[in-house]
Amino acid sequence: MNLSSLARQLLLAIALPIVLLVLWWFISANNTSPFWPSLETIFKAFPTTWTADRIMADIMPSLARLALGYGLALIIGVALGTLIGLNRTVRALLEPALEFLRAIPPPVLVPIIALFVGYSGWTGKIAAIALGCLWPILLNTVEGVRGLDEVLVDTSRTYRFRKPTYFYQVVLRGSSPQVATGARQALSLGVIMMVISELFAADNGLGAAIVQAQRSFAIPQMWTGIILLGVIGFLLSVIFRVVEHRALAWYRGLRQSERGS
Amino acid sequence: MSIDTTPAPRERIDTTTPALDVRGLKKVYTGHGRDVEAVRNLTFTIRSGELVCIVGPSGAGKTTLLRCISGLLDVTDGEVVLDGKKVTEPPPGMAVVFQEYGRSLFPWLTVRQNIELPLKEKGLKKAERAEKVQTAIDAVGLTDSADAHPWQLSGGMQQRVAIARAVAYEPSVLLMDEPFAAVDAQTRADLEDLVRDLWHKFKVTVLFVTHDIDEAVYLGERVLVLSHRPTVILEDVKITLPDERSQLETRSTKEFADLRHHVYEQIQKAKQGFRPDGDTA
Ligand SMILES: Nc1ncnc2c1ncn2[C@@H]1O[C@H](COP(=O)(O)OP(=O)(O)O)[C@@H](O)[C@H]1O
Ligand SMILES: [Mg+2]
Repeated sequence: MNLSSLARQLLLAIALPIVLLVLWWFISANNTSPFWPSLETIFKAFPTTWTADRIMADIMPSLARLALGYGLALIIGVALGTLIGLNRTVRALLEPALEFLRAIPPPVLVPIIALFVGYSGWTGKIAAIALGCLWPILLNTVEGVRGLDEVLVDTSRTYRFRKPTYFYQVVLRGSSPQVATGARQALSLGVIMMVISELFAADNGLGAAIVQAQRSFAIPQMWTGIILLGVIGFLLSVIFRVVEHRALAWYRGLRQSERGS
Repeated sequence: MSIDTTPAPRERIDTTTPALDVRGLKKVYTGHGRDVEAVRNLTFTIRSGELVCIVGPSGAGKTTLLRCISGLLDVTDGEVVLDGKKVTEPPPGMAVVFQEYGRSLFPWLTVRQNIELPLKEKGLKKAERAEKVQTAIDAVGLTDSADAHPWQLSGGMQQRVAIARAVAYEPSVLLMDEPFAAVDAQTRADLEDLVRDLWHKFKVTVLFVTHDIDEAVYLGERVLVLSHRPTVILEDVKITLPDERSQLETRSTKEFADLRHHVYEQIQKAKQGFRPDGDTA
């Protein structure tokens, strides 16, 4: 796909949000309820709410924790998933337990982790994000590694690929479409966990800012936080898609050629 | 085809050292509640520089045999010796072109990268790799598709990539498992000639497996005829056709027809349950 079709896709993607915003703007224009301030009021609250200081104090820590937690989940999930996927015995042993752990809603992890490290501080929050993101990455990696074409594996064996080459060129790249699927699911979970992990202690971060605003009845400010959260989630998924688009161009081509023949 | 087809001098076939020695090979698949004796007892020797075809009906155990020879599969009994060393794992100096050639190419790599990767693993320097890759690409006639991905190519072209990769690796023994079973007749004829050309050019020992009698006779210097499962060798047929072969001329000679007839008869006998060892299957 070239740039212009990418731009077109982007345009399509933001068309509906724009329409909704416009609707919101007009419907809420003469609103008198303090809980539903007009969109105009909310927009006006933006510059005063999100000053450079606040961005550094709240948004940056949130994003940093998200990046760390998500990165950790990626590394652990792919490494562990590869191990499990390559080894039938390990898989038979661990898979039921993993499916069970996956079924636990990640937000419940937050109070459990807090038992050990408390609600405030970075460790617990990063751990919560990482654990929330881990399962989809792990399980999809297992799936991808297990689905590796055995002819490719035989090919690497007959050409005597060294272990690192085998892991990178065959196992990792071969399972990358499934890893990407898991990573995409994990990203939205990560944003959710980022916010939830900040709600309890409410010391700093975007989630904390929203709770603080709500508790002090700074309703338009609360709404600015929520909108900001939506925008961040959206931007992250756009970035993800662009990266995926480039890294997995071969996979799209392969799928297309399989459908064609 | 643009390849120089002048036959190499005969003396290059070293008649003394065996390149590949298969002794009493037996393979029984176990598991899934029942045992399958795929290969009962195979013994044969391929000399360095020979092009030998193995022909046998579907399910005869041809793939099993190649997987044992290439060290991908443990043998139940007997041994495989390549260049004087017993095979227990995929040995250096061997390349395999699989039956499922399309699936043997890395879809995330281009044609060039697919061919280059094994050379990298062999430890060749960049310049040397580039040169060998280019030679192989040109030799199989893929010059224009070098930077395409495998899935952008037709089946016949994918097969050329798999062959180019094997040839660039400069193996002492090249194993090919029904490589042309899934391509159209015209492509198949081209690829058969390609194999003989490459064999001449790169002086590699080739073991070519097929279920197609014509193909075996046309390509080989020798044809090993396999029985039905459990598999033994029915006959080792020497192919007396001239070294320079052409699809049109060679296939219409009386000699070709006689050889073909002979091999066909053997296979028919095999189908009716004839076994040289007098065993029952
Ligand atoms: N992994 C396996 N487990 C059990 N039986 C197998 C396995 N692979 C092949 N076989 C059996 O061994 C016999 C020979 O198979 P194969 O070597 O693929 O034959 P060919 O390549 O000549 O068609 C067949 O009967 C097949 O069903
Ligand atoms: Mg087969």
